[in-house]
Order: sequence, then C-alpha cells, then structure tokens
Amino acid sequence: MMKDNVENKVGVDAMNTKFSAKDVQVYYGDNHAIKDVNVEILDKTVTAFIGPSGCGKSTFLRSLNRMNDTIPICRVEGDILLDGEDINAPQVDPVQLRAKVGMVFQKPNPFPKSIYDNIAYGPRIHGLARNKAELDEIVEKSLRRGAIWDEVKDRLDAPGTGLSGGQQQRLCIARAVATEPEVLLMDEPCSALDPIATAQVEELIDELKQNYSVIIVTHSMQQAARVSQKTAFFHLGNLVEYDDTTTIFTNPRDPRTESYITGRIG
Amino acid sequence: MHDPHIAKAFDRDLEAIQALVMKMGGLVEESIRESAKSLKTRDTERAERVRQGDKKIDELEDMINTQCAQLLAMRQPAAGDLRTVLTVMKIAGNLERIGDYAKNIAKRTEVLSHMQPIEGASNAIRRMSKEVEAMLSDALDSYIRRDATVGEDVRQRDLEVDQMYNALFREFLTFMMEDPRNITACMHLHFIAKNIERMGDHVTSIADQVIYLSTGVMPEDQRPKDNQSIYQVEGFEEADE
Repeated sequence: MMKDNVENKVGVDAMNTKFSAKDVQVYYGDNHAIKDVNVEILDKTVTAFIGPSGCGKSTFLRSLNRMNDTIPICRVEGDILLDGEDINAPQVDPVQLRAKVGMVFQKPNPFPKSIYDNIAYGPRIHGLARNKAELDEIVEKSLRRGAIWDEVKDRLDAPGTGLSGGQQQRLCIARAVATEPEVLLMDEPCSALDPIATAQVEELIDELKQNYSVIIVTHSMQQAARVSQKTAFFHLGNLVEYDDTTTIFTNPRDPRTESYITGRIG
Repeated sequence: MHDPHIAKAFDRDLEAIQALVMKMGGLVEESIRESAKSLKTRDTERAERVRQGDKKIDELEDMINTQCAQLLAMRQPAAGDLRTVLTVMKIAGNLERIGDYAKNIAKRTEVLSHMQPIEGASNAIRRMSKEVEAMLSDALDSYIRRDATVGEDVRQRDLEVDQMYNALFREFLTFMMEDPRNITACMHLHFIAKNIERMGDHVTSIADQVIYLSTGVMPEDQRPKDNQSIYQVEGFEEADE
C-alpha cells in the first residue's frame, strides 16, 4: 500500500499523464450522457471507474478508443488527448488508435479460430511480425502476459471457444496485449467469471500495470479497491470524484461517493 | 452520511457494536466513580465490587472485537463505516485499560484501608477522578454525536488532569520526606494518582478517535502537556508516553 502511494505521488507529474480529457461531453441523440468530464489518466497505473448503472462510466471508457464511433446517434465533444494528441482529430485512424488502446469486454469474445490465431490476428493485420518465427514469439509472449501460456501451450491449434470462461477472458486479454498497446480498457472484465478466475485476472491486471495504463470499469467496489491505485466515481453523467483509491475508500470528499461506496441510498 | 444502508442488517450490525461500546463505557465510568469513592470512604466491600466488575468489562471488549471482526469479514465496510468499526475497536481497547486502572485502584484501596490515612489525599484523588470521569462521559457523548469539537475540548482538558497529578506527586513526596512511616501509604496513593493520570491519556485517545471518525483525519498532536514540573525533582526520571 505504501508503494502505491509513492507511485501516485510520482504520478502527479505531467510526464506520466497518458490520457487527458478536457470538458468532454457525450450525447446519445438528445440524451446528454457525459457532462463536462475533466480527468488525467496516469501511465503505469490502474484506474477504476465506478458508479451505478447508467452513470456513464462505460460510455466514457468507450470514448477513449472511439468505440462510440460505431453508434450513429452518438456525438462526442471536448478534447481527449492521448500523449498530448487529440484522438478525435481527422487524421487519426481509429484502427491504429485501437491498436494503441486495447479493449477487453465484459463477456469473453474469442474469435471462432484457434488459440494461436486469436492472438496472431492483430499482429498480422498490423504487420508486427516479419516471419513465422517472430509471430510465434509474439504469440508465446502474449499468452505468457495473459497468464494462460502454461494452460494452452500444448493445444495452440484447439479452438479458443473451447476454453473455460476464465481462460477465454485471459485469452482475450492476451489478444489485447499482442498488438503492444499502451493503454488497456477493461469493461467489467470479471463479471462473467468465478472467484478463482477473477483472482487470476486481477493478478494479471496488477502485472500489466508495470507496462500499461489500465482503465477498468467495475461494478464491484471491492474489485476497484483491490486492483486500482486511482478511482473515479461517476454519477448521472458527472465525474463526481477522482482521487487515490485509498482516499476514495477511507475518506471520500463527496457525500455522493460515500453513499455509493458504503451501500447507502444516495 | 447517516442515510440508512440498502442492506438494513448492515445498519443493525453497526448499531449493535456501537451500543456495546456505549454499554462498556457506562460500566467503566461507574468503575472510576466507585473506585474513588471506596478510597475516600475506606469501603473495602465497594472496592471488591469494582474488582469483580472488571470481568464484565473484559467480556464486553472480547464481544466487541469478535463482532467487529465478523462485520469486517462479512460486509467489507468502507469510508465512514470502516472508520466506525476501527474506532469502536480502539475505543474498546482504551476502555478496557481504564477499567484495569480502576481495578488496580480498588486493589490498593483494600491495602490502604489498613493504614493511617494521609490527610487530604483521598479528596484530591476524588477530584482528579471526577474530572477524568466527566471527560470520559463527554468523549463517549461526542462519539455518538460525531462531534469533533467536543472531542477536541476533551483532549485539551487532559492538561488539567496532568497538573493535578503533578501537584499530588509533589505533595506525596513532601509527606514521605517529613515522615518515613508515610512511605508505604504514599507510594500506593502515588500509584493511584498515576493510574488516574493514565486514564486521562486513554480518554484523550478516545477523543482522538472521535475526531478521526468524524473528520477522517487523526488530530495533529498539539495538545498542551504539563509534565515538566515533575522532572524538576532531583534524580527523578519518568519513562512513559
């Protein structure tokens, strides 16, 4: 815990800011889903987004790699900067952006292909490997990072869909890290998993923060407390409070945060 | 902040542990009062009741610790709820120590009842213990009302207790120098005064918890302390705090 605090203090340095959101608004048609969100997401840090259903946390997460582009009625305003560059600028290719900002979803969604091809797909289309040997290396490295290598190394040709739920989710995380992203967005990655698989994914998230900025949306307050160093609380489309996770869970400033995390009607 | 939880049983659990600590506080206040009274009236039966009563206080502390552990395990309290559980456990510990000091006073009272009384001593000790008892009562009251202002006031009042102790210390020293036959009784009386002074420190610690509970921050230690005068007595060294 002490170590995390030190990291957070270092993290205040602007050098460590990965994402910087300024006055971000998101609309679904007439519905104003995200209101004036300003936040600095740090590199090599796990940031948790918490809040009741419909508070906008997933919407905001999806706007960080332009997943909202696929929804015709959705409109994003304000600036979202990744390493100082506006991700919504016309010259930015959303496919390239999503290689840099990977995403893992609530339900494991492996491709109906072999375990090997699940991982190799991204590196292939982005041209990250020059030959089979390099690709093999990327596949092994990614599966190791996904903490699933030992379980699948003898059956890389088996279909990814044949794995257990927890293994599928770790396969999806391995797939997300295969393109060497800088940020990993996770939208309730453990809500379909049993406690053991959840613990494995949480352990993995803790390791991933050595190299990536990880942002996780979770409905489990305990999970936010366990895995993150920074926590953002969303309520009715507003970012109510953003602070060190230890502060949010021991002494939050806003009464709405306190009501939510302590399980009160707020 | 005092909106009810969605899970009503959570509220009942939190209320139950706080009710136990208040019950414990009531018993401890009584022990302080009765031990000082038994000293003044040389009432060994009363003193014996204080000694017996300490068992109940210890049992309550165990019960509080068990229930807090269960609540932590079952409900994973956060923020104000977490601070409630943490402070309940610490306060129960402080109360238990105060109870032990009262019991020790009762034990010494039984010894002192067979000796020549020291003039004025038991009245002075009674005043001191009354002050500590009032401080404890206010501290527990401020706990229930989550009133950091009263908590701070209690912390400041510990200075008076320290000063009373220092005055008694010098008085006993004078008695002992005047007549060595007073030494045994004065030593016991001095320990009693010291016990009450330590009770004051535990009450101060309870007041600290009240401030932590209501503000989320432990008070910086800016409490005035008066333990200088006793060090002026030659050759005397004290090693506590």
